[in-house]
Amino acid sequence: MAEWQVGVERIAASIRLRVFDHVLRNGEGYLSQALSSAEIFAMLYGRVLQLGPVEGPLTPDIFRGVPGRLNPDYATGARFNGPRHPEKDRFIFSPAHYALVLYAALIEVGRLDKDALAAFNQDGSTVEMIGAEHSPGIETTTGSLAQAISQAAGIALGRRMHGETGNTWVMMSDGEFEEGQTWEALAFAAFHKLNHLRVIVDANGQQCDGTVSSVGLIDPLADRATAFGWDAREVDGHDLTALDQAMGAPSERPVLVIARTNPTNHVPLYAERAPLLHTLRFSSPEDKARFEQAYQEMAGF
Amino acid sequence: MELVTRPHVENFIKWSKDRPQVLVMTADLTNSCEVGRWRDTYPDRFITAGMAEQNMLGVAAGLAREGFIPWLHTFAVFLYRRPYDQLAMSIAYPNLPVRLVGFLPGIVTPGGVTHQAIEDVAILRATPNMTILETGDATEVESVLDVTEEVEGPVYIRMLRGVLPRLFPTDQPMRLGQSRQLSVGEDLTLVTSGLMTEQAMKACQILKSRGLDVNHVHVSTLKPFGDDLLMEALGRSKRIITMENHTIIGGLGSAVAEYVADEGLGAKVIRLGLRDTYAHGASTKYLMREYALDSAALLKAVERELNVDLHIDREELDAVSLETRDNKVNAESL
Repeated sequence: MAEWQVGVERIAASIRLRVFDHVLRNGEGYLSQALSSAEIFAMLYGRVLQLGPVEGPLTPDIFRGVPGRLNPDYATGARFNGPRHPEKDRFIFSPAHYALVLYAALIEVGRLDKDALAAFNQDGSTVEMIGAEHSPGIETTTGSLAQAISQAAGIALGRRMHGETGNTWVMMSDGEFEEGQTWEALAFAAFHKLNHLRVIVDANGQQCDGTVSSVGLIDPLADRATAFGWDAREVDGHDLTALDQAMGAPSERPVLVIARTNPTNHVPLYAERAPLLHTLRFSSPEDKARFEQAYQEMAGF
Repeated sequence: MELVTRPHVENFIKWSKDRPQVLVMTADLTNSCEVGRWRDTYPDRFITAGMAEQNMLGVAAGLAREGFIPWLHTFAVFLYRRPYDQLAMSIAYPNLPVRLVGFLPGIVTPGGVTHQAIEDVAILRATPNMTILETGDATEVESVLDVTEEVEGPVYIRMLRGVLPRLFPTDQPMRLGQSRQLSVGEDLTLVTSGLMTEQAMKACQILKSRGLDVNHVHVSTLKPFGDDLLMEALGRSKRIITMENHTIIGGLGSAVAEYVADEGLGAKVIRLGLRDTYAHGASTKYLMREYALDSAALLKAVERELNVDLHIDREELDAVSLETRDNKVNAESL
């Protein structure tokens, strides 16, 4: 295993553990998202994204109001991704309910204070459950799904018009491909040849109501995206070598990396809940104890 | 009365010349929204979004975050009705400088219900961070561009196109939050906006000939609402008539009524506009009469409220010298 892989794998393992620990303490939460996308976030923050530095782990702000004319103090969560630079990348986060995973990733790479999750979903905190653009690592408000990719296309187009060379990366969930706006954005980006726009999808096959295939039809996703003019690359989303190849290779077209993932990866016990994996809740103390045991095993105790 | 043909076309090109941050985005209605020549003049700053407005609003938000000021030109209904969530979450929430230039406000098109923006002001007044401007003549179509420079967040413009009257002198441009006093009087207060102002000015001439003096105020900044001139006018009268090219729910009339209630003025507010109904495809003149949005309808409202008979016949109304649009200009094609 290459040296970078050791580091990225360590980040992924820490994301899983930290989110699992948080869900157990919190009594419920978005665990499946962390299990499916840990490697994706670890690759983004540990290998792929070229971001500006931050001055040590930053402390999340308290909520200081919404953006507007009367609130000049509004602070963007993008500061956790470092200052803007023409040659650096930008990260646009789409499925806002993955916020817990993003926060965990930011902690693992030293951009967010390690105690920040104590403020998760607490009143008056910016470490919100469904993050908005004041939340750590979040630049756009995308809890209404599929709005990120269009905004990222605008950012990528604007950056090209300014002569900037950095990539604009978007992290999406597969359910968002049921939204019409996603396909409008794919058509737009291909038409305008936005080859610095790169999207990685956590294709964990899960959405709120159950499996994606039971709720709607998005497949064959790679073929569809290719037909829309994108460079679509479908890989095992837990295979770091495959992710590295797919995320890193240059392209003349906008790039869509479809990372096929397992929403119960490393926690086989959780598969018993299928197909309802959107949030983990415990039915009884005994039920919770089983998951605590699984956590202990994952932690290597 | 001077008539001006397509004042936006050359004016916008000239205005954009030394503003490299200004972009234009369209969704397949470029010539219909009078920016075909703009596109040919500044091809590098023109972005076609295809007929896909949800994405267009998101892309505009992204461009605004990169320091550009995108001017979206399409029919108003396709800016607020179809992509409302994108407008609210991608543009309005972050308070981004996107200019939403909405053509065909109210009943100015034979395009029918799908093309008529009749509840846009209501919806966007309820949307935080929005500034709402409405143009009423050629001078306002020309000067609304400068008004936007005073606003750091998103601006929605009810825009007019084609052949337009020049009701206001060019040296009296539209200004943010400044209503216009068009006539002074004590018999009642009349507040109008957009296309309705021309009709109201006509009616006021007749009222004057009957010895009735109207305090007539034209409003072009619908949000934020309420400048000194307008507030003073509302405070002066116990009888206020509003007239708007829009549903009477949530627009100019509602804004006036809210103010009157908030301030405890105790005035009666009579709202003229679409009475909680959709319209249909026909000429503007026909629709104005059908939905009681013309000068005749305003005069009838005055008769009712003042309990007077003004002895007005249609012939006299048609003869009023403000006459500009009727008979001279055909219903606009799409």
